[in-house]
Amino acid sequence: MALTDPGRYITSGGQLSNCLARPPRSHFLSLIHRHTFSRCTTQPEFNRATGCFVIDEAAASTSTTPPLTRKRKLDTTTTSAPPTSATAGAEPVRKASKTKQKQVEQVEAALPATPQTLVSDKPMDSDDEVNSVISSDEFGGDADSSVGDVEDFGADDSDVDFDDLPEHDNFETQEKDLKPRKKAFEVDHKVYSPEDIQRQQDDQVAEVSTLLEQPHEDTAILLRYARWNKEKLIEQYMDGQEEVLDKAGLGQDVQKSPPRIETIDGFMCDICCEDGPGLQSLAMKCGHRFCVDCYRQYLDQKIRGEGEAARIKCPGDGCNRVVDAKSLDLLVRTDLTDRYHQLLMRTYVDDKENLKWCPSPNCVYAIECGVKKRDLTRIVPTVQCDCKHSFCFGCTLADHQPCPCALVKLWLKKCADDSETANWISANTKECPKCHSTIEKNGGCNHMTCRKCRNEFCWMCMGVWSEHGTSWYNCNRFEERSGIDARDTQARSRQSLERYLHYYNRYANHEQSARLDKDIFHKTEKKMTLLQSASNMSWIEVQFLEEASQALQRCRQILKWTYAFAYYLARNNETEIFEDNQKNLELAVEDLSEMFEKPTDQLSGLKVEMMDKTTFCNRRRIIVLDDTAKRLKDGVWEFNVDLNKPV
Amino acid sequence: MAGMSSKRLQKELSKIQGTLPPGITLVSAPDLREWTMDISIIDNPIYPPHETYRMRFSFSPSYPIEAPEVVFVACTSPERKIPLHPHIYSNGIICLDLLDSQGWSPVHNVESVCISIQSMLAGNSKAERPPGDAEFVRSNRQRPRDINFLYHDPKRAFAGGIVF
Repeated sequence: MALTDPGRYITSGGQLSNCLARPPRSHFLSLIHRHTFSRCTTQPEFNRATGCFVIDEAAASTSTTPPLTRKRKLDTTTTSAPPTSATAGAEPVRKASKTKQKQVEQVEAALPATPQTLVSDKPMDSDDEVNSVISSDEFGGDADSSVGDVEDFGADDSDVDFDDLPEHDNFETQEKDLKPRKKAFEVDHKVYSPEDIQRQQDDQVAEVSTLLEQPHEDTAILLRYARWNKEKLIEQYMDGQEEVLDKAGLGQDVQKSPPRIETIDGFMCDICCEDGPGLQSLAMKCGHRFCVDCYRQYLDQKIRGEGEAARIKCPGDGCNRVVDAKSLDLLVRTDLTDRYHQLLMRTYVDDKENLKWCPSPNCVYAIECGVKKRDLTRIVPTVQCDCKHSFCFGCTLADHQPCPCALVKLWLKKCADDSETANWISANTKECPKCHSTIEKNGGCNHMTCRKCRNEFCWMCMGVWSEHGTSWYNCNRFEERSGIDARDTQARSRQSLERYLHYYNRYANHEQSARLDKDIFHKTEKKMTLLQSASNMSWIEVQFLEEASQALQRCRQILKWTYAFAYYLARNNETEIFEDNQKNLELAVEDLSEMFEKPTDQLSGLKVEMMDKTTFCNRRRIIVLDDTAKRLKDGVWEFNVDLNKPV
Repeated sequence: MAGMSSKRLQKELSKIQGTLPPGITLVSAPDLREWTMDISIIDNPIYPPHETYRMRFSFSPSYPIEAPEVVFVACTSPERKIPLHPHIYSNGIICLDLLDSQGWSPVHNVESVCISIQSMLAGNSKAERPPGDAEFVRSNRQRPRDINFLYHDPKRAFAGGIVF
């Protein structure tokens, strides 16, 4: 067969072209009868590996009709035309498929094969096989849904799936699908202001309130109890209303009327033992009555002192009744209710798995993202807040693409702890054979005299020096097994240390360079003004410096983490591709960095070159991120640690 | 409100000076900050009926909103020991959720705390110290209310364990 490995790509067009490229025409004919013809030619192919559409240009050029009409046209051809015309029509298709295959091969060279289950490499000779392959492919549902199941990182509330494959082959949507796609390393997210979050809560409360026929404040307590899982709450409520109310802290009503501040004759407060006439008091529906002062002090202590809000219980002993917002409003001043609502908002965001506060200091926004905890081994969900801070939704650390959270954690821990000190010791020192003091040989001959115990021994064989006789300074004694073993372990420690240092030095270097670049960034504006006056450039024209500076920082950030990532990467072919990408990005970044530091008078001459480099850097950055993210998603990377193991 | 704790404690004191359940006695209440109480346990072979245990109650100005600090104290005349119990450390610190902000209710008072501790001892069947007692006693420098106790049964039980 002319085409190599026809089964590597499962995309529908490629699939069909495989069939077409093979000699037995009868298959092709049977195929025409069974299926619409349209899929094999101009239909832009969604390449799952690249996340974008590959358009078969050769085939597309043969067609000028829009896809929809073309489909119909081809349909009529296939149903009405005699076999001869169909076979004649197959020729260009076949050529087209070859060009397509070439494209695919090119893509394949840079990208991993997508995991696929349907196509085997052996030729398909029976109609049944063709049929089965086509049908499972054509209707897409099975194959795609199984993939979609695993790959569904989509936000619950968002309408865009993380991996939005054109599952139903809707030709009308072609225009839309041709738009530049979301890259594999990008993830859908939304930024919410505190007002948005409050509104979200209110909406949910209002919705559930009408359903459960409970007042708003009680519904809010119920929802907080159910951690804002509406469906679960409603289900539980329908199953056992009393039980849910009781557990949520709304049970055991002894009075029906809503709580209000009252003055009751003969009342004595159980907290302060006050019983004077005209003592104002309040009791929630549980009937436990306390004076307003005690209540206030109690609430103040809970809210301000303990930071409690969602589950402040009635002060009564063993009473489970939760203080509702309405009673609270009756009792305390606005500064405390503000704090109370702030705390409630915090618990709301904390309770929702798809919401997180932006970790940037003083930032008030929260981010919504649909990536679940269990997905974190296969995606690095980097989100950007409206305050411009970009961080990882999984671990809320600053952006650490392309390195998955688990590795980041491991790496930071490794850098912080002393685990490599031990390695250094075993790589560079030996123990005195007599007193076991640790000795580092820092020069000189092999005749060692331990400073502690005055033991004289040979550094090479660790044997007693006196036995060396005349072979001074040159140990030629027979290698004992133990000596070899000891040296092996030493070599291993040394290797492990060197490996770590290799990655750490580069990681640290980029971290430092990024910091320096940041300094430069602050000087950029000055530089830009300088350049503006030095040359005849306008403000707009010197913007390239800022862009270059931003590109530098972003790329360094990524490079930094690629080294942490690479440290944990097991060695295989994928690693080499990764390292190539990494190298390319690094070279581009260093070039740009060098240009960036040039004196101002030379900068205007470098403008075009710098702009090119900036674009190039950004492109290389996207390649590294996209490629890494895709393989992470497909589970292609092999790590020398277990990502699922908690640190 | 500084007046709150004193008013309440005044009332409690006058009640305590009148009647107290059997086995609980007020030793001294020199001011409204620190009181000493004695308890004895009836019907538990671990604690001989003639042995009495002394507890010190310290009240903050925000009592009873805040729980009092309650510890067992040892002294020689009269002889008072720290009772042996899996939730009482040998330095007298009691691991009891009732005395923590989570389990405390302002409705509790000195008397009810005494009754709770008395019944906790009466119902005990293990004559032992909490696990890690020696280490805790040696290293603890915190006040009881600042210790992060871990209650195995968050509802009512007296539990063991400390979260450091």
